[in-house]
Amino acid sequence: MSFASTTRRYFQSHVWARITALLSLPIAWLGILYIGSLAALFITSIWKIDTFTSKVVREFTLSNFIDVLTDKAYFNVTVRTVGVAIAVTMICAVIAIPMAFFIARVAKPKSRPVLIALVITPLWASYLVKIYAWRTMMAPDSGFLNWLVSPLGLSSPGFGLLAVIIGLSYLWLPYMILPIYAGMEKLPDSIVDASADLGAKPGRTFLKIVLPIAWPAIIAGSLFTFSLSLGDYITVQILGGTFQMLGNVVYQNFALNLPFAAAVALIPVIVMIVYLASVRKTGALDNL
Amino acid sequence: MKITRVRKTAIVIAAGALLLSGCSSSDSDSAGGAYAGPVQDTPGTINVLAWPGYAEDGSTDPKVDWVTPFEEETGCTVNVKTYGTSDEAVQLMQSGGYDVVSASGDASLRLIFGGDLQPVNLDLIPNYADIFTNLKDRPWNTIDGANYGVPHGRGANVLQYTIDKVKPAPDSWSVVWEPNSPLKGKVTAYDSAIYIADAAVYLMSTKPDLGITDPYALDQTQFDAAMALLKQQKPLVAEYWADYTKYVAAVQAGSIVAGTSWQVIANVLNGEKSTVGAVKPKEGATGWSDTWMISKNTESIDCAYKWLNWIISPATNAQAAEYFGEAPANSKACALTASKTHCESYHAEETDYWSDVYYWKTPTEECLDGRTDVKCIPYAEWVKAWSSFRNS
Repeated sequence: MSFASTTRRYFQSHVWARITALLSLPIAWLGILYIGSLAALFITSIWKIDTFTSKVVREFTLSNFIDVLTDKAYFNVTVRTVGVAIAVTMICAVIAIPMAFFIARVAKPKSRPVLIALVITPLWASYLVKIYAWRTMMAPDSGFLNWLVSPLGLSSPGFGLLAVIIGLSYLWLPYMILPIYAGMEKLPDSIVDASADLGAKPGRTFLKIVLPIAWPAIIAGSLFTFSLSLGDYITVQILGGTFQMLGNVVYQNFALNLPFAAAVALIPVIVMIVYLASVRKTGALDNL
Repeated sequence: MKITRVRKTAIVIAAGALLLSGCSSSDSDSAGGAYAGPVQDTPGTINVLAWPGYAEDGSTDPKVDWVTPFEEETGCTVNVKTYGTSDEAVQLMQSGGYDVVSASGDASLRLIFGGDLQPVNLDLIPNYADIFTNLKDRPWNTIDGANYGVPHGRGANVLQYTIDKVKPAPDSWSVVWEPNSPLKGKVTAYDSAIYIADAAVYLMSTKPDLGITDPYALDQTQFDAAMALLKQQKPLVAEYWADYTKYVAAVQAGSIVAGTSWQVIANVLNGEKSTVGAVKPKEGATGWSDTWMISKNTESIDCAYKWLNWIISPATNAQAAEYFGEAPANSKACALTASKTHCESYHAEETDYWSDVYYWKTPTEECLDGRTDVKCIPYAEWVKAWSSFRNS
């Protein structure tokens, strides 16, 4: 009897062996790489460093948390970061909802795959290339944006908060469009028709019927845009001028004070937990 | 006096570090001896961690290459990784995987006492004999008589300005520090805590009352004044730089017209035609004196020694120093530079010029300037203050 057939027979008769074999890899992935790294992050944040060599000393301290909580700069940078994440999410939602609606409900079914492909084309290019392209366009005095608005007597805002919000909104837009598109596609035509038959104008139908049904999908999209914005530091480095976000604090400190960087890195984790907890009530998580 | 103080502090700190780590790890045997030699023709690969412009392999500019000739001559393969700040260098060395490093004075001691380096047997490096005497056995490359590397070169962090945007040409750092600067919004500054020393250098001449004599030995009052100056500068700053390629791009795009820089950045910008100037302003400047050092854990010790000998050989040292724009460490290099006035214009052989260039070093609680009545702010606090300042 061959090895293969023995194995098959064993798995056929042992249901638990089957389940274990099937799930052990994904569970190990989830457990070790996700939960494990979060645990490592937390443990690192309660260690000290040797202040001269910057090496981590494995001794318990709460000073990293005290530094994060007592220095007003880190409170401010948290507020700024969450603010940027909210702004990016709102901008993406405002652009994505009509686009997704158009693709899912208005465009001919034949052209939908093409439109979806177009939506995700920005994801085909490298993140860095796109951000450097924005850097060129946003450059004060010489950039494309400056040329565009100069006839109106305006000038490009240059690098800073606004540039970061525009850059991140551009980057994460496809992650907002795709879930909303998926949500709106599921919407039965009959409901929209019924609304119209009962005399609702298109605007009212959109607000009262389409939007509430698509809401969980919008929340799902916002999870992407919000969390991706929360952790980003490269775009901020390239487009932000002197402006900084939480990711930059981590980046600036990980070389010299890893435990402190770990303590700062826990802030976005906490923000995301709060966000997920509040979102759970909308039922969006059931819809992912 | 100064030297012993630094050494004492460093030793105390190192001893403390050993105690804290419980002497359990292999860190405790970091004082192991230097390689006995002789250097053999073992082929190998070395990973070189270097400042940009120190180990050029033709990838920046095909004409600028002293790594390939080394590979051809020795049979050693070289991989070069560049870094933007000393802090990054320390972090990368600690993470392992690099065989040799070009470290400035603010990184070298941290690496030595962190147990990341091995002492160097200078007898195995024939070219060491030609190094300028005043660069040998200095506190940033030698501990208790044990040499930890070979000097590469030194220079000042210059004030760079775009010639047709900044008129008249500046001779003072005031254009990057004073609130009424005409260059507001177009200035750059170095994105590292060590830049606090640049503020201190400016305060040395503008606020002599503070009594700063060494920009790396700042007591609380002096440190607060330096931080206040940095806060005053912030509205002028377009971007802080740590990545020199981004700096070059920003100057080319015109979004930065003045700020602290390295001669090599000015040289890259002036590649085709002269667009920027670079001066050591009248207030003096921070600067560096760099050393090539060998990792404790290198597996290619012969190649590492060959690299150290190669990089400080008169011809290579001349090439590298001229490309980077600094004073070479090898006295015979001066005769071999393409520009015959290189050593003259970089003051390689003068001692006076270096009197107001303050080489990077790591600030410690015990004041590096010899004061005993006050405590100075150690580098860890500089880093905290810098991080808080950048995010405020």
